[in-house]
Amino acid sequence: MWNTVFPYLLSGISVGGQYALIAIGYTMVYGILRLINFAHGDVFMVAGIIMIYISASGMPLYVCIPLVILFTALIGFLIERVAYKPLRSAPRMSVMISAIGVSYTLQNLVLYITGGLNKQYPTIPWISDSVTIGPATTKIVTVVTPFLTIFLVVALVLLINKTKIGMAMRAVSKDFETSQLMGININSVISTTFVIGSFLAGVGSILYFTNYNTVIQTSGAMPGLKAFVAAVFGGIGSIPGAVIGAFIIGIVENIIKGMDVILFKSGVIARPLGLATFSDAFTFALLIIILVVKPTGLFGEKATDKV
Amino acid sequence: MQKQGKKSISGATWVSLCLIVLVYVLVFIAEQVLPPTSMLFTVLKKGATYALIAVSMNLLNGFTGIFSLGQAGFMLIGAYVYAVFTIPLSQRMSVYQYYDGGIVQFTLPIFVAMILAGLVAAFFAFLIGLPVLRLKSDYLAIATLGFAEIVRAVFQWDKLGPLTNGSNMLRMFPNFNNFNLTDAEGHVTVYLSTLIPFLISGVCIALIVLLIHSGYGRALQAIRDDEIAAEAMGINLFHHKELSFCISSFFAGVGGAMLAMYQTTVQAKSFTSAMTYEILLIVVIGGIGSVTGSVISSFLFVACSEWWLRFLDEKQMIGTFEVPLLRNGFRLVVFSVVIMIVVLFFRRGIMGTKELPDLFRKRKGART
Repeated sequence: MWNTVFPYLLSGISVGGQYALIAIGYTMVYGILRLINFAHGDVFMVAGIIMIYISASGMPLYVCIPLVILFTALIGFLIERVAYKPLRSAPRMSVMISAIGVSYTLQNLVLYITGGLNKQYPTIPWISDSVTIGPATTKIVTVVTPFLTIFLVVALVLLINKTKIGMAMRAVSKDFETSQLMGININSVISTTFVIGSFLAGVGSILYFTNYNTVIQTSGAMPGLKAFVAAVFGGIGSIPGAVIGAFIIGIVENIIKGMDVILFKSGVIARPLGLATFSDAFTFALLIIILVVKPTGLFGEKATDKV
Repeated sequence: MQKQGKKSISGATWVSLCLIVLVYVLVFIAEQVLPPTSMLFTVLKKGATYALIAVSMNLLNGFTGIFSLGQAGFMLIGAYVYAVFTIPLSQRMSVYQYYDGGIVQFTLPIFVAMILAGLVAAFFAFLIGLPVLRLKSDYLAIATLGFAEIVRAVFQWDKLGPLTNGSNMLRMFPNFNNFNLTDAEGHVTVYLSTLIPFLISGVCIALIVLLIHSGYGRALQAIRDDEIAAEAMGINLFHHKELSFCISSFFAGVGGAMLAMYQTTVQAKSFTSAMTYEILLIVVIGGIGSVTGSVISSFLFVACSEWWLRFLDEKQMIGTFEVPLLRNGFRLVVFSVVIMIVVLFFRRGIMGTKELPDLFRKRKGART
């Protein structure tokens, strides 16, 4: 039993860590702008594409990886400046539509550049190597991901709680207008948020695509949506919540993927049920249940509506 | 494509009505005269389909203020219901080749199947609306988006194969070309394959316009403008939202059936969230809160993507000079840029909140 479940559990933890890195971007932006940044999943995908093109130019990896992360952060910054800043005083629906427009644009741009073909992700030495842990054989990246994720999250929480810019972020997410009156430069705080979110998405994309090998213009949509669900599940605006939500979703999703095999091997069912189809649907069912039962999520703060 | 009807019909409304009838007459004549393979008809058929779907989405986003992103899910339900119930019995064995001909062993007439498609979509909307419509704006958007993804997964489930054909394609069902009148030898005598979709979509849009101008429609617009004030005036928020959600989904379902007819095949995996985004962008370009705008921008959008901007995807030579950048996919990049410009700088879209009769009224006002 354990031998069958363990590989799925392991890849679940790994995928969970990658979702967590994306989910932080969603939750931070939502915390400050009250905006679902629909383009965030596509930023993650673009990071993958940039990696492919930079490494194809023949530069060594220790130059490639920092460059990819740098460019991803830059893209996040530019998106905010071009598509969200002009709409700061517009209704929320307009900003959300703008976010959808950015997502559409990024996907089409990548479609144009790649010609709509699956691009092979470069192999990164060491983390692409195979390793055997107990009954499971997997890539080293699977093992590295959760540790790296937790390290980055701790660093981020320290940044938010101990530094001046972190304090400014907390202030802005509490009350937009008042913090402006207190002399906080709103635009630089928002830009920093987008840069941090995209930076983490860039790191996440390296880990994720090393596991999945190919990138196409739509590869960002699904992980993006799932990471968003994770952010809602954990309580949007809360960083630890997003991380825990992401791990839970990653694990359960992979268990469902392997449910047929697990049930079959333990003798519960005689024929496969094709339950793997529902691994994506599960995430959204969870989302709807969470929104109905506890809209503030696991760690979310209760928001009060003022008339 | 709207009728304002009721009480006093103003001159501007008459002009608009005449204009709409003229469009229909032109479509009919064009279809008899031009070769049926002309690109024009592809655009008109798909445009009519998208117009209906865009207007149904506008009813939610523009007139009720519910930011729903579940349109693709309801279209999928509509398309499948239509296809499942209209595949001729003789073809079922070949379509459902992995499922022994499927479990549905009867067929419905085309129009009955279309209405059923709408009803099933509306029923699902009713069920999903119960929990989801209590949510606030962006949570609602993401929950309906999630619902569409669930529908897509369920329809591809292998165990539902006898009904939905699993992840395989549904085909062989009647499409728009079946509306053409033929003589005994099978030669087409009267072409109706474009006019009928125009009529279906026109009738549906007219119904939506009537709804918008009814008491219910005004209540919906009150909810859009200020939920709290509307509730204070005695409007039951939940009931009205649920009503609007079901009606919009009904027409999205009918639109899905029309899309199935246009494509001649249906496959669940093509109804992605990208499809919903595309329709949302059509609504935005046309103007959120304008039925006329949605209709116009649907035709523009389809014409540009299928016809007018096709040249951007191919190499073009001016003399011996090869125009740079043009290759597969460039059309979509140009498209996206135009859309972003509209979203950022022309937020009112083509029509804003104006309707067709308003255009004539304005001109009359300027003259006197």
